[in-house]
Amino acid sequence: MELRGKKVIALGERDGVPGPAVAECAKRAGAEVVLTLTACYV
Amino acid sequence: MHLVTSNAMPVIRAVSLVLAHVPSLVRLGSKPLRVLREVEQPIEYLRPHLRDWNAARAYAPNQVFIGNVSVDELAARPLPWHRHPVAEAGRFGPDGEIMPEDEFLGLLATCDGFDLLALTGEVADRARSTLDAHPVVGRASGRPTVPVGVGTAVLDERIARHRAVPLVGVDGRLLGAMLPGHEDDDTLTGQVLLENLACKATAALALRHLLARPGAIAATDVRYVINCGEEAVGDRYQRGGGNVAKAVAEWAGCARATGSDVKAFCSGPMHALMLAGAIVRSALFDDVLVVAGGSLAKLGMKFQGHVKHAMPIVEDVLAGFAVHVARDDGVSPVLRLDAIGRHEVGSGSAPLAVMKALYSEPLARVGLTLLDVDRFSLELHNPEATEPAGSGNVPLNNYRTLASLAVVQKLIAREGIDDFVRTRGMPGFSPTQGHIASAIPYLGHARRGLTEGNLTRTMFAGKGSLFLGRMTQLPDGLSLVLERNG
Repeated sequence: MELRGKKVIALGERDGVPGPAVAECAKRAGAEVVLTLTACYV
Repeated sequence: MHLVTSNAMPVIRAVSLVLAHVPSLVRLGSKPLRVLREVEQPIEYLRPHLRDWNAARAYAPNQVFIGNVSVDELAARPLPWHRHPVAEAGRFGPDGEIMPEDEFLGLLATCDGFDLLALTGEVADRARSTLDAHPVVGRASGRPTVPVGVGTAVLDERIARHRAVPLVGVDGRLLGAMLPGHEDDDTLTGQVLLENLACKATAALALRHLLARPGAIAATDVRYVINCGEEAVGDRYQRGGGNVAKAVAEWAGCARATGSDVKAFCSGPMHALMLAGAIVRSALFDDVLVVAGGSLAKLGMKFQGHVKHAMPIVEDVLAGFAVHVARDDGVSPVLRLDAIGRHEVGSGSAPLAVMKALYSEPLARVGLTLLDVDRFSLELHNPEATEPAGSGNVPLNNYRTLASLAVVQKLIAREGIDDFVRTRGMPGFSPTQGHIASAIPYLGHARRGLTEGNLTRTMFAGKGSLFLGRMTQLPDGLSLVLERNG
């Protein structure tokens, strides 16, 4: 998937991959992260 | 006279874990309250999915929680657990009890020092007669008496004119009502105070269980109590600024104790145990108790999944625990303060970085590896509560990630992941009671295994979702190692 130049909402999960880790990957792929959130399902 | 080891590490002298079965309060959980606003008859809607006390008592995960069934026995039991009750399941276990609702309502009332919770005369009388004969929190324990009940007309007026929260039984009958603590304070509404009171009552029940053990510390010898339960009490000028620890200590007769609350979302109990150990090791106090009560707000958190799958709502219990951290007695499991794992600000949030910070780095610090730990206690949420709602099997996911760390460190082969998870992990058996489900429920089993059983070393890790409070994107986590003494 080409992320360069795209806007990204980074949604993570506490017991999986947290939002900031998703956001970091997206940024390095050239995306603009507009929102970072992590959910906790318990 | 205490024996003191050369490094003076503290020990876990006693543990108690309790549940209170409260089907009538499920409706007042945060999720049910919000979702059922759209339902015309919420009580009737929930009723087919609410269990009676016998079913909750015989539910295998609950029996593991109070220590009657081992985690390995649970792993071997047929699924689903809610369809395979434990035969001759006891109300009491080596770690605590599963209290029925009619008694717990009375216990709630005894914890209310401001006469805000009123029960009907019938409910109060029944609670008083059964609770007074309770082996741990009976009249002989010195606790406050269950207040006299009031008429339904009084309750109706409080509900209609004074914004009291009605407590309605599964059968639709009015059981009581909780008044606000102030007419113009959103932190003291009837709902908030009921949540706080439920937290206090379950912590108090756990503490009395711990104090009632043969050879337990006398209540009047307790010098400091740390509360790490779910609720942050306070008023409109300082939400969360209060102190449940001292309230619980007072109720339990710990007249020479003071205390304070420790907060870190679900890693709170790990921080509290570490701090208790540090207080003991520093010789400030010889005996520190860590307590926590349950979360009314989390009752029925996944109830929509349970309703959808035509199964009972298994999030119908409040939990509580108490731990006695003491100077070395030469017998009790040692809390290794030199092997604390911490998620630091700079640790980052990548899963592998978090795992290293919590597990491999603290073990390496004292010359150990993941394979030197017999059992890891991580997030222990019951998958039968979470999977029907699409939240997955949280313990299994965490154990598999931990096993992957062992693969990365070349401690096991990739093919060994399942075996690692099976032998060093355990099935989730805790109700989704937040802080308490985070590693704590295995503590009673671990203490037995490290004294009477064949365990040498266990590791406990709690993770806190700090980002939920919107003050940081960071998670939190803390791990502790418990070892066989000597």
